[in-house]
This record gives sequence, structure tokens and C-alpha cells, in this order.
Amino acid sequence: MIAYIIRRLLLLPVILIGVTFLIFCMFSLLSPMERLATYVNDPSTLKNPQAAERLINKYHLDDPFPLGYIQWVKRISKLDLGWSQAANQPVWDAICQRFPATLELVIYSVVPVILVGIWLGVISAVHHNDVIDQSIRVTAIVGWSLPTFIFGLLVLFIFYGMLGWLPPGRLSTWAQDIVYTGTNFHSYTHLVTIDALLNGNIPIFVDALRHLCAPIITLSYVYWAFLLRIARSSMLDTLRKDYIRTARAKGVDEHTVIHKHAERNALIPVVTIAGMLIIGMLGGVVVAETVFTYPGLGFWAATAAQQLDYGSVIAFALLFALLMVVGNLVVDVSYAFIDPRVRLE
Amino acid sequence: MNRTLRKLFSNAASLLGIILLIFFIVIAVFAPVLAPPLSDDPYQIPRMSWDVNPQPPGFPMSDNIRDMYEYIGKEVKYDKALCGTAQGGYDIFYGLIWGTRTAFKIGIITVFAAMLIGLFTGSIAAYFGKWLDEILMRITDIFLSFPFLVAAMVLTTILGRGLDKVMIALIAFGWMGYARVIRGSILSAKEETYVMAAKALGVRDGKIIWRHLLPNTIFPVLIQASMNIGTMVVTAATLSFLGVGAPMGYADWGQMVSFARNWIIGAPGHAGQYWYTVFYPGIFIILFVLAWNLIGDTLRDILDPRLRGEL
Repeated sequence: MIAYIIRRLLLLPVILIGVTFLIFCMFSLLSPMERLATYVNDPSTLKNPQAAERLINKYHLDDPFPLGYIQWVKRISKLDLGWSQAANQPVWDAICQRFPATLELVIYSVVPVILVGIWLGVISAVHHNDVIDQSIRVTAIVGWSLPTFIFGLLVLFIFYGMLGWLPPGRLSTWAQDIVYTGTNFHSYTHLVTIDALLNGNIPIFVDALRHLCAPIITLSYVYWAFLLRIARSSMLDTLRKDYIRTARAKGVDEHTVIHKHAERNALIPVVTIAGMLIIGMLGGVVVAETVFTYPGLGFWAATAAQQLDYGSVIAFALLFALLMVVGNLVVDVSYAFIDPRVRLE
Repeated sequence: MNRTLRKLFSNAASLLGIILLIFFIVIAVFAPVLAPPLSDDPYQIPRMSWDVNPQPPGFPMSDNIRDMYEYIGKEVKYDKALCGTAQGGYDIFYGLIWGTRTAFKIGIITVFAAMLIGLFTGSIAAYFGKWLDEILMRITDIFLSFPFLVAAMVLTTILGRGLDKVMIALIAFGWMGYARVIRGSILSAKEETYVMAAKALGVRDGKIIWRHLLPNTIFPVLIQASMNIGTMVVTAATLSFLGVGAPMGYADWGQMVSFARNWIIGAPGHAGQYWYTVFYPGIFIILFVLAWNLIGDTLRDILDPRLRGEL
């Protein structure tokens, strides 16, 4: 077990170097001037050739490739990620400010996805090929085929345009005044729903929840469809195993066979997928946040991409890749705990 | 193969997929007849008015635009916005028809190219093994460390707007799945006696991979490819929606949905007033992806040996 974890950890630096190198390769597709633009907050500096020349030298933007990479890694390890034009503040500050909003959204989306996805997947497998299975499968394929941005617009249309229940954004204006500028409201975690509860301010909590619901629905529908498919095929596989036949032959009742014997084994691979799914949601948040103008990292990155604010976009890629690397590590290690066969590989 | 086809046609889900696919192929093939182009670049959506507001279905081409076409000596064969116009007067019907070609182009080119790269990397890694396998698979891992949409968005932003740039970005981050699948299959297939026989006869490595191993291991990859076409088209559409994909006015479903975004709420008290701006392009994207997913899903069930005899 420990040997496996150590082997897995030894791989981490390799992946980290690879990821940063790949991002640097993408960054190097830009001209030195374009790269310089990611470091200065005043565009007029770029118009002055001498100043620009000096800055290009200062940031080592004209260095040969390997040297440039080393200088760049040095800078990002000091969290000097440049200036975000889209947010009009340093990139690192922009990230710190927006991270809690995105985290809140992801946390609330994960739970319904995993519960509903696994539950429906198991039901679908147990009723293989009959009406229930077919209808669950069709719903799932439709969900899987439904692009997040179209589904999001549909949710926006129904719950905001028609019913007026779930407004876009993160907080209503009156709530923003209290949360961001009010003196009596303490932001402990920067997760608005939790802070509101800690402050005992129920109206803020309700308001935050109303704003969260629509992006949560959007994010989770697509992903539960995905998880359902995995849970279904894994369960189908397990139900065909000899030990299940043995259990049935012994006269064990169907409920025990499914929930005690089959489900436990079938859900092992689902756990890994669920972990990967949470990571996969990182892509979905860009769309969900953009549709609902929810002020998180994804919305910021999309805005930056439209404005060709390369610095923010590169930093965003770096951040999400790092989150994904760490997430994968956690998934792999926890998988080894659940399934002893992995350790022996 | 016959058995596969028979199953594809007898299963309701995949039959629906095939029908939808034929529908889209017909649209793509007859695009010039259904929506005759008004400008030299057929992928540029013509505008029916200079008005910013969307116009309802059946809206006739405004006079000043007709005058413009007559002035440059173009015959206007097509002067009614059958499905309404999007923001900026762009004709929705025209965009739908030519967008079908765009969708096929994106789906088929990106999946084919990504599959080739994946097959090449994966088969070489598995066949030669050892350090080459280690290096190639670590490179694959590194590419997999990016959420697909995020990676594609970042690369497209850096390369600049345009359909070709979008396709490059999708290919660059879309080949890893194929590499992994083919590697797994070849790893087990290369121990088979027919491979050893070929080696003993002195057949070159490249020929063993190409003529012996790939034909025996490619099926799972093809299934994956058929399911991936939908994903690629959706991702391209998403990029357009986010504003980093196809250039302004290009016949692309994703962009048409992004045109619709500002109008979906409608004027106060008139929710759904501009329903047509999002409904038509949205339904086209969904059905296109659905078609591929239905076919791919059934193919997977049919060709998965573990599920054989149960269907």
C-alpha cells in the first residue's frame, strides 16, 4: 500500500513538469509583445518601444526556449501570474477572489449527481432491457447529448424568464450591500450560504440559494447522465458473475443479491469515475457560470478569453490543470484503499 | 458485420439515430438547394435586415438589403427568413442548413485526425513497450491533466478565432482516449500466436502493427470514435457560445445560440418572445449529437463481447 502511494507520488513531479511545460508551449505561440501584455497593467507602456524592450528583457520573454521556461516557472512559483485585464487586478488576486464562488457551486452540484446517478444506474441494470431500463437509458442519452450551454439557457428561460424564481448572478443587489460592504456581516469561509448561516442571516441564505439553484441544476443534469451510464454497465457486468448466480441458486432473496452482493462490487469502478467526474465538472463550470453570469472562475476565464486577455487564460489553464492533477492523485490513492487489486499491479 | 447491421436496424434507439443521421446528411448534401448562398462565401450567413432585434419567422428581406444585392448584381433567390432572424438580422434558416455542413466538417475531421494520432501513439507504445511505452503514456497523462473544454478554450484563444483553429485545438486535446484504448487492446493481442508467427517469419514491425494487430483491435476505437463525434461538435459549439470559436456570422450552430443568449429572457412581460432564436439552433445541435450517441451506444452494447447473447 505504502509502496503504491510512494510510486504514485514519485510520478507527481513528472506530471507537474509536463503540465507546466505544455502550458508554456502554448504560451510561447504568442509573440513576445503579446506575452508582455500579460504583465503590464497599462497598455500605453507597450506603445513605447524602449520601455517595451526593457520589459521584455526584464521578464525574459525573448530568451531561448528552455531558459524562458525556467524563468517562467520561477515567476509562477512566486504566484506572479501577471495582470488580468478582464478583472482589472493582478491575476492571483482575481483567482483568490473568485475561487470560493466556484467551490460553492461545485460542492453543491456533486452531491445530487452522485446520489441520483448511482441510484438510477443500479435500477436500470437490474431491469436490464425492459421498459424502465429503456426509459432511463433514453433520458440519460438525451442528458448526455444535451450540451450544457443549451440546457443552461433552457433553465434560465424557464426559471427566470417565465417563472422569475431563479435569478442569475450570485446575490441580489440588496444582499450584495450587506455581504460585501455591510459591517455586521463577517465572511468566515467566503461561501455565501455558509457565511449567511454562521451569521444567522436567513434572508441572505435564501437569496444565495436561489441564485445557486439554476447553475446547480445545469451542471448536475449532464453529469448524472454520465455517471448513470457507468454505474449501469458496471452493475450489468457484476450481475453476470458466477457468484451472483450462486447466491441466487442458494435462494438468497433478490433484494439482498442486488444490494448486498452485487452493488458493493459494482460500485468500485464508479467511485473512481465519480472522482474524475468532480474534476470533469471544472470544465462544466465555465459554461454554467457564463450562462448565469455567476461571478466565479469560469465566468472570469470566459470573459478573459473573449477579450484576448492571455495572462488570465493561461493562469486559468494552469490552475485547473493543477486541480485536476491533485484530484487524480486523490482518486488513485483512495481507489487503492477500496480495491486491493490495484496495489498489486 | 451483417449481424451488427441487423441489430442496429432492429433496435428502436439506434434506428432513430440512423434516421436522424440520414436527415442531417440530406440537409448537408442539398444545402445549396435548400438555402442558395447570396455571397461568395457560402458559410457566411446572409443578413435579412440591419436591425439589431431578432425578427419573427417569415420575416421578409428588408428593402435596403435587397437593393444592396441588386446593386452588386446578385440575384436574390432567397428572400424570406423562414425561421426568423437572430440578433443583427442574421437569417436563422440559412445558418441551420449550412451549419449542418460545419457540424459534419468539425465532427469528422477532428475525430478522424485525433483517432489517427491516438492509434499511432497507442499502438507504438504497446507494441514496442518498455521505455517508449513509459514515455508515450506519461505524455498522454499530461495531456489528460487538462479538462477538455478548458484546454480547447485556452488553445483556441491563443491561436485566434476561426474554425480551423478550433479544430486544431480539439484535435490537440482529443487523441488521448484512443491511444489508451488501442494500447490496452494491442497489449493483450500481441501475445497471440499469429503475431508470434508473423514475427518468426520476419515480417517488419510496422507491417505487423498495420496488417495484423490493428485490424484485430480497432473495433473498440471505432465505437469510441462514433460516440466522440457528438462530443467534438458540442465542444466546438460551446467554444463558439463562449465567444472564442467561429468568426462572426459564420454558419455555426453554437454561435447562433450565443446570438440568442441576450434575447432569451425577452422583454418584461413577454417571456419567450424571441423563442425562435434559441429553439432552432438548439434543437439542431441536440438532435445531431443525439444521433451519434444513439448509434454509438448501441454499437457498444452489440460489440461488447461480455454483453453478447444477451441483447
